[in-house]
Amino acid sequence: MKPPPFHYHDPRCLDDALGLLAEKENAKLLAGGQSLMPMLNMRFVFPDDVIDLNRIPELTSIGEDEGLVRIGAMTRQCALERSEVIRDHCPIIIEALRYVGHIQTRNRGTIGGSLCHLDPSAELPTVAQGLDATIHIQSKRGARTLAMEDFPAFYMTPAIEPDEIVTAVEFAPWPKDHGFAFVEFARRLGDFAIVGVAVLLVVSADGSISRASITLGGVGQAPIRCTAAEEIVTGSNDSDAAMREAAETCRKIDAMDDLHVSGVYRQKLAVALTLRALRKAYDRAIGESVA
Amino acid sequence: MTDTRTISVTVNGSRHDLEIETRLTLADFLRHQISLTGTHVGCEHGVCGACTVLVDGQAVRSCLMLAVQADGAMVTTVESMTGENEQLHPLQQAFHDNHGLQCGFCTPGILMTLLEFLQHNPSPNETEVREALSGSLCRCTGYQKIVAAALDAASRLRQDVGKTAGRRES
Ligand code: FES
Ligand code: FES
Repeated sequence: MKPPPFHYHDPRCLDDALGLLAEKENAKLLAGGQSLMPMLNMRFVFPDDVIDLNRIPELTSIGEDEGLVRIGAMTRQCALERSEVIRDHCPIIIEALRYVGHIQTRNRGTIGGSLCHLDPSAELPTVAQGLDATIHIQSKRGARTLAMEDFPAFYMTPAIEPDEIVTAVEFAPWPKDHGFAFVEFARRLGDFAIVGVAVLLVVSADGSISRASITLGGVGQAPIRCTAAEEIVTGSNDSDAAMREAAETCRKIDAMDDLHVSGVYRQKLAVALTLRALRKAYDRAIGESVA
Repeated sequence: MTDTRTISVTVNGSRHDLEIETRLTLADFLRHQISLTGTHVGCEHGVCGACTVLVDGQAVRSCLMLAVQADGAMVTTVESMTGENEQLHPLQQAFHDNHGLQCGFCTPGILMTLLEFLQHNPSPNETEVREALSGSLCRCTGYQKIVAAALDAASRLRQDVGKTAGRRES
């Protein structure tokens, strides 16, 4: 048997899950299992208790309320791909999901699981950062929210306490006619991205960019919001030149070296991909069809 | 410490009520507890796709799911594909005719993945087929013939649907 021994719990409501989590010393939460299960199978983790969140219906929903889109943490990636609410309000999520694993993993993987695992090259944390998501967190002690920007504490570690569960993610949709693009480079489709970029733009009638969000994934230990680049493109009356200049700023970002590629290579990729994403988002915003 | 549960799972139409250890993966449950060895395990950590089965109609990696999580679910494995008299499913026949396999180790996972994929997308193009196959590793074929088999299967299945529709009308 591959996984180490543990006690298994499958609570039927959030309250029971929170109770278990508060009381167990060395517990792991099981969401879609696409990261925890491999770690169990390889015996990288030895939890005494596994608390399975898959039988808690209140954590799986996609809803729209007072102009905000709220996604339950246990909503599966395949459900997001097919959701009309997401397609209408946050289409960049759907564009990014194409790069998240494969059909078989998206059928199980959840948005909350992906955010909490917080792999530096994962697409969903990058997009959540770009959309200024609000993370809803709960424990026996109460509920709180955290801006996505403050969610990563350090490498692959969210800023949540051991007794807390992420219950939902909330987005404020961009105006209907915004432009968006998610582009990434990986060795093969579905592999971890070497660099991924999420861009959202609002373009005014005169062709200038009035609002911009640019986020890089895979470059640093957590998604990086490129505020300097955003400032360059916003308000410029020569959008094309501004987009080139903005992309160029990515060359200065402190990028990780790892056994796959060097930091310098990541910086080069970040420049190229940011420009590509900016142009694609811009074309979409002005109503041109993009490939 | 042995943590066990009695689960009830319907696999290929037959119900199994069994007491299992909760840390048992669905892949091992299928292979060792109910002796359905058609589902293969390659990597056992979610990389190769060989262990793909359908759970409530959705393709999932059975090495990344605990058997206890399938309690109450309907599981479909490659063994369900052949009909009476060992007649191959059109998808299997297409793999046979196009030489879509060599050693066959990856084949069950690929067949189960395509079974769901072709349901959602009955007329895929080559790029879409390659994208659907991206979660499965094959050490033998170089994928070319698998892609050909998948496209051929799609057209056979479309004809089958056409035929049944025609029959219903007449
Ligand atoms: S054995 Fe499950 S993905 Fe390889
Ligand atoms: S046919 Fe041998 S692994 Fe695919």
